[in-house]
Amino acid sequence: MIKKTGNLNKNRIISRRLFVLVAAKIGLLGIVTSRLYNLQISEKQKYEVLSDKNRIREWKTPPQRGIITDYFNNVIADNQRVYQVHLSLEEVSNFNNSIFKLKNIISLKEDEIKKIYEKKEKSKPWDTLIISENLSWKEFSKLNLYLHELDGAKPVLSTSRYYPYSNDLVHVVGYVGDATTQDIQNKKKIEENFVPGLKVGKIGIESSKDTDLIGNHGTKRFEVNASGKKISEISYNKETQGENLRTTIDLEIQQLAQELLKNQAGSICVMDIYTGEVITMASSPTYDPNKFTHGISTKDWNEIKNNKLRPLLNKSLAGLYSPGSTIKPLVALAALEYGIIDTKFKVNCKGHDHPYELYGERYHCWKKNGHGWMSMRNAIKQSCDIYFYEVARLLGVDKLSLIAKRYGLGSKVLEDFFSEEKKGIVPSTKWKKQVLEQSWYLGETVITGIGQGYIQTTPLQLCLMTAQLANGGYKIKPNLIYDKEIDIDIIKSKIESEKNKSVDQNILKDHGFKYYERLYRNPNNLKFVLDAMYGSTNEQFGTSFKSRHTEDKYKFAGKTGTSQVKRITDQDRELDLNLEEIEYKNRDHALFIAFAPYNKPRYSLSVLIEHGGSGSKAAAPLANKLIKKILDRHELREKIRKDLKNIA
Amino acid sequence: MLSMSLNSTTYSFIDKLKAVDYFLIIIVAIIGSISVFSIYSTESGNFSFYTKNHLIRFLVFFFMFLILSFIRVSAWYRQAYIFYIIGILLLLYVMLFGISASGSKRWINLFVMNFQPSELMKIAIIVCFARYYHHIQSSDIQSYKYLLQPTVLLLIPCYLVIAQPDLGTAILIAGSGLAIIWLAGLNLKYFVYSGLILLVSLPFVISVLKPYQKSRILTFFNPERDPLGAGYQIIQSKIAIGSGGFLGKGFLQGTQSYLEFLPEKHTDFIFTLFSEEFGFVGSALLIFLYALLIYRIIRIGFLSRSFFAKLYCFGFASALFLYIFVNIAMVVGLLPIVGAPLPIMSYGGSSMLSIMLGLSIVMSCKIYSRDPIGG
Repeated sequence: MIKKTGNLNKNRIISRRLFVLVAAKIGLLGIVTSRLYNLQISEKQKYEVLSDKNRIREWKTPPQRGIITDYFNNVIADNQRVYQVHLSLEEVSNFNNSIFKLKNIISLKEDEIKKIYEKKEKSKPWDTLIISENLSWKEFSKLNLYLHELDGAKPVLSTSRYYPYSNDLVHVVGYVGDATTQDIQNKKKIEENFVPGLKVGKIGIESSKDTDLIGNHGTKRFEVNASGKKISEISYNKETQGENLRTTIDLEIQQLAQELLKNQAGSICVMDIYTGEVITMASSPTYDPNKFTHGISTKDWNEIKNNKLRPLLNKSLAGLYSPGSTIKPLVALAALEYGIIDTKFKVNCKGHDHPYELYGERYHCWKKNGHGWMSMRNAIKQSCDIYFYEVARLLGVDKLSLIAKRYGLGSKVLEDFFSEEKKGIVPSTKWKKQVLEQSWYLGETVITGIGQGYIQTTPLQLCLMTAQLANGGYKIKPNLIYDKEIDIDIIKSKIESEKNKSVDQNILKDHGFKYYERLYRNPNNLKFVLDAMYGSTNEQFGTSFKSRHTEDKYKFAGKTGTSQVKRITDQDRELDLNLEEIEYKNRDHALFIAFAPYNKPRYSLSVLIEHGGSGSKAAAPLANKLIKKILDRHELREKIRKDLKNIA
Repeated sequence: MLSMSLNSTTYSFIDKLKAVDYFLIIIVAIIGSISVFSIYSTESGNFSFYTKNHLIRFLVFFFMFLILSFIRVSAWYRQAYIFYIIGILLLLYVMLFGISASGSKRWINLFVMNFQPSELMKIAIIVCFARYYHHIQSSDIQSYKYLLQPTVLLLIPCYLVIAQPDLGTAILIAGSGLAIIWLAGLNLKYFVYSGLILLVSLPFVISVLKPYQKSRILTFFNPERDPLGAGYQIIQSKIAIGSGGFLGKGFLQGTQSYLEFLPEKHTDFIFTLFSEEFGFVGSALLIFLYALLIYRIIRIGFLSRSFFAKLYCFGFASALFLYIFVNIAMVVGLLPIVGAPLPIMSYGGSSMLSIMLGLSIVMSCKIYSRDPIGG
């Protein structure tokens, strides 16, 4: 009986304890189930994303760059088919071995191999390495022959940038190269579309229009397993080509300009005086942009870099030169506008024996024997320095500076389009105080009157200045990329309405101007200056008389300029050496500005020959040939303009 | 009383068949079938090595379970200590002549399969303790003698298993033993005390752990500590389970396992695979099946007359629960990864053998429920 009660007791204990255990089990099961609920229902999305991240890997495919054409749709930057060999790292069993084999087949150089190893260091194990970007057909076919021995190597047909007119447009179009870390950091579009081997613009349009040109990369999504092996393709979001760009450049005129500048250092710019379209922007010497696409060799690079004529400098907009006498029409205009003098004002130029004197300093005219009594028209036509010393003195540098800036000097012509473009210097008393912390001397005003001294301009600025004089004195908007918003008819009607507007009282004060607004006070002043330029080219004793066209439709007006690079001493004046006898770096720069046709102006141009000697001998003759070509192509250009307008 | 106990020693075959718990058998068969399909899925839907082996083992051990169910429960009672001693001897044998794999020595080569004696020990300890407490009066349990003896009985196999080293199985053995000691009625204060002692000695215990065990425990607290190393398994397991969602990715559609992100998917992480493919619904259903199984075993314990049968059934049910809980809690990131298979579901002969053996003793308790067992 004792045992029985004991057993009953024991039974009760076991049951009670079991009850506790079961309760604990139910509790623990509850915990596990709620955890499952938490993972699979509350946080499902998070884990789904993680699971996809695990199994889906994306490969970016490179975008295609947009094509660049000239105004007439000639392709100037193209995409060309190239043969490449890529190495898929996950499929390579022995990297060193593969490189060794490839080296023998496609003749890799030591420094190329070094670069490949550097690239490999930075790659992920599933990346694809570009071994060679541009194989010859011979190498490519040889590669295909030995392909079975090369695990992971893939012959690839790809595209790369190609410039069909290699040297002729490098300063306009620029070139491409591998994207650097800096490129990626600076441009969001590059960062978003970066693919190993992506080419981006380095200079020129390629660089400034990169965002439009680059296109969008494609995305191939693959399912991969834990060791990174591709199992299947899930989706392919195809890459897109960047925007195609039409420039305002006329390829034929550009080529002619480059031809004319051959073997010389210099620049030729041509602009439409109403639309502001840059038709030609040549800079010499040039170099081949195609060499940069796949990385330039050290030898080629040194050749370009060490050339004394500085091919890398885009002289049209980054070369700074004293404008010399090409500034004279502007000085005359300023004096007339402010009413300092009238056109009948005369100065006697008496030759080197009786130079212009100011506070003991002597200022000479370029003409040894002097011009005699000069009126304003003659002074421009024959480019008399003495006359302009006096005009400048009377005018004062600050008024001259104001008018010079108004017509396009001292600021970037293409705004921020080219990173290398220079502003130049248009000096004034205020400028000297601020920059040099010195007071202005009257003698400095005098030499500014003939475009020497502190004043610095780019050839493109001179071209714009000429354009804004030739169009009757209206501000235009220079551009290099075809813009359908810029319509010649609208511009002309705007100008027409500006012409008839009553004169603003503040017109001669320093203030900003809107595009196509009138810049002058009295239209007769401009007419006078343009007529004097006509004389300079088309009348005897004019400085560019020898370069004139006799045929009416080609007649143009211009102004020569000779820009000193070094102060002329009395000894130099005594010696009066021929150009060939002076050391190259000490020779004067030759300049010429012009607009054509004279009776119905449409185009302006500027020519600069570095160390070319006198403007009338070295620069003006080039304008003769150019203007014929420009005017011959006028009808064709207008036809294209109409077609483009109709499409829009 | 006496006459009843005499009568109860004879059972007709029909009686036995009638007494069989068919419901239990059906649950085991269902879980077994699920397990075969799950292993089939780990092989991406190929009926090859693992699936074949698992199917054969399940069938063989399932029949073994049915046949061994007819061994009288009194026989188990009588041989309980022998069973325990055999278990200990096998563990000693493993220690001396066992097969090593990935740094631990756990297996005996039986040619048809590698046998893991520690799995057998999981059952032996329950049988042994059920017999031990069968006799002891509740009033005596708190005495030092009856406290010391089972402690020693429990520490020996635990030590041998830890030494292999196999912390997971050792914890399961210890847990199973403790469950029976608890059921037998040992005062709560001893559990509290030993718990406190364990807590105090934890820093010391951790210091003697193997580096990989330490890293697993540290990883448990922060899996992102080493996402490609020690934390990899648990992170991938959680991703698989979580991405399964409510209804799962579908049979054979588990990308985490199919693309080999999931480690040990045949064995410890089989629940993860199942959960990825069948989602919350499937997981809850599987847990429910296990709960039914445990309920059924407890019910048999209630129906049994002898303390041995009761203690064994309740103990085995608790142990089974412990295996299931530790495994699932482990793969969902609630417990550190200790290497504990999921009963029936996980690939592995020894585990299957011990579970089926344990179940056959349960069934024997049912069939011979009227056996009072002497003494």
